[in-house]
Amino acid sequence: MAQWSGYLELILQGALVTLQLTVLGTVVALIMAFLGGLGRLSRHWWIRWLATGYIEFFRGTSIFVQLFWAYFVLPLFGIPLSPLQAGVLALGLNVGAYGAEVVRGAIQSVPKEQYEACTALNLTGWQRMRHVILPQAFVLMLPTFGNNAIELLKGTAVVSLISLSDMTFQAQVVRAQTGETALPFLTILLLYFVFSTAISTAIRGLERHLARGLDGTRS
Amino acid sequence: MLQPIIEIDGVSKSFGALEVLKDLSFNVAPGEKLALIGPSGSGKTTILRILMTLETINGGTIKVDGEQLWHREHEGGLIPADERHLHKMRAKIGMVFQLFNLFPHKTVLENVTLAPILTKGAGREDAKRSAMTLLEMVGMAEKADAKPAQLSGGQKQRVAIARALALQPKIMLFDEVTSALDPELVEEVLNVMRRLAEETDMTMLLVTHEMSFAHDFADRVLFFDGGRIVEEGPPDDIFTQPKEERTQAFLKKIIAAGQRI
Ligand SMILES: Nc1ncnc2c1ncn2[C@@H]1O[C@H](COP(=O)(O)OP(=O)(O)O)[C@@H](O)[C@H]1O
Ligand SMILES: [Mg+2]
Repeated sequence: MAQWSGYLELILQGALVTLQLTVLGTVVALIMAFLGGLGRLSRHWWIRWLATGYIEFFRGTSIFVQLFWAYFVLPLFGIPLSPLQAGVLALGLNVGAYGAEVVRGAIQSVPKEQYEACTALNLTGWQRMRHVILPQAFVLMLPTFGNNAIELLKGTAVVSLISLSDMTFQAQVVRAQTGETALPFLTILLLYFVFSTAISTAIRGLERHLARGLDGTRS
Repeated sequence: MLQPIIEIDGVSKSFGALEVLKDLSFNVAPGEKLALIGPSGSGKTTILRILMTLETINGGTIKVDGEQLWHREHEGGLIPADERHLHKMRAKIGMVFQLFNLFPHKTVLENVTLAPILTKGAGREDAKRSAMTLLEMVGMAEKADAKPAQLSGGQKQRVAIARALALQPKIMLFDEVTSALDPELVEEVLNVMRRLAEETDMTMLLVTHEMSFAHDFADRVLFFDGGRIVEEGPPDDIFTQPKEERTQAFLKKIIAAGQRI
């Protein structure tokens, strides 16, 4: 059992990597979601075209292949990435593509009367987006963003394929070294669950905070 | 006669195959209070929305404050206005909507200060002070920190009026601002508008189904039907001795529905 605490430490080190991947990947995903979602709604056809291309491509291909590209192929073009960088990039771009459709949908579901009120108040397109449309749309995005962040968390396990020692990778190391299977995997199962619960709790709290006094969007 | 502040000249507007405004022309004098009445679907809202640049036009021209609204003069001819020109022209016009269209995520005070801060570069404190004066005028000062969802329809509409006034437009457009309200809330909004009419020299265009209010409020009444002006004149003429058959029929219906005019 004294030994097990050493192995637990290995797994916790992995958990730290998983957390890092999740947080950084979510940041990239958020940025890409807004770029992609706003891009889809741009006045300029070529921006719409770029955004659509990004979204379709990353939703239409596998996260494994995207990860291999980031890690093995980009160096051939002179862009060497560390395993962590490659993992963050692949996960962020992949989940960001799903998030972009959420951003677009939420923006489009803000009633057109809100846009018209902005025109009547002579706001510019950017002021309208920044002060009126996005704050209302963001509340609508949150629940799905929460789900996407959890998907991203679960997806982080793929990085063990490029030998990044995340939680899943470490559990396999422990299994190989101890021959013990149930205990390491039970540990990471619980840890994944704790992380995802933390994410959904945080999102729900944020939702409640933002939704205060906002019932009936057609005010 | 004074140079008109609005000159509508031969304007036509279609939605697909539906021709909503047909070769419409009329002028509005500075400071004039104009009521637009007529059956539903006759194009009254559309003309206000065109003035607010929420709808484009298919033909004709509109001048506001001596300048083309939907066009720009270019080498002796007219070309369609760009966004910059529209932005400049919108500063002269404000609009109050039937369904208020307040910003639900902002407080009453923020609803009123947002546009002055963003579009006129007003300082936060100045904007607040002016907003509070306006909110006092519409009787909503004590609700300054409330969110729209906590207000009644009449209160929302009074805030919406203050919000439009905060940009100090020369022209205000009111589109059936009481028709979404419970009957007992109509009067509080009409009172605000009466005060505005008395105390300011703003030009006001009012689309309404409240005939007795239109009677008191307006200097001139336009009766619309089928995208055209059928009859126009001072309220005393239109409401007590309308000449056109269609005006008579319309007013008869209104009276039959129980309204005083
Ligand atoms: N965006 C639109 N698309 C299609 N038809 C419209 C649109 N807006 C208004 N209309 C039609 O134009 C006509 C005039 O509408 P409107 O100006 O709202 O009339 P009013 O305000 O006098 O009731 C109506 O037949 C209406 O259905
Ligand atoms: Mg109407």
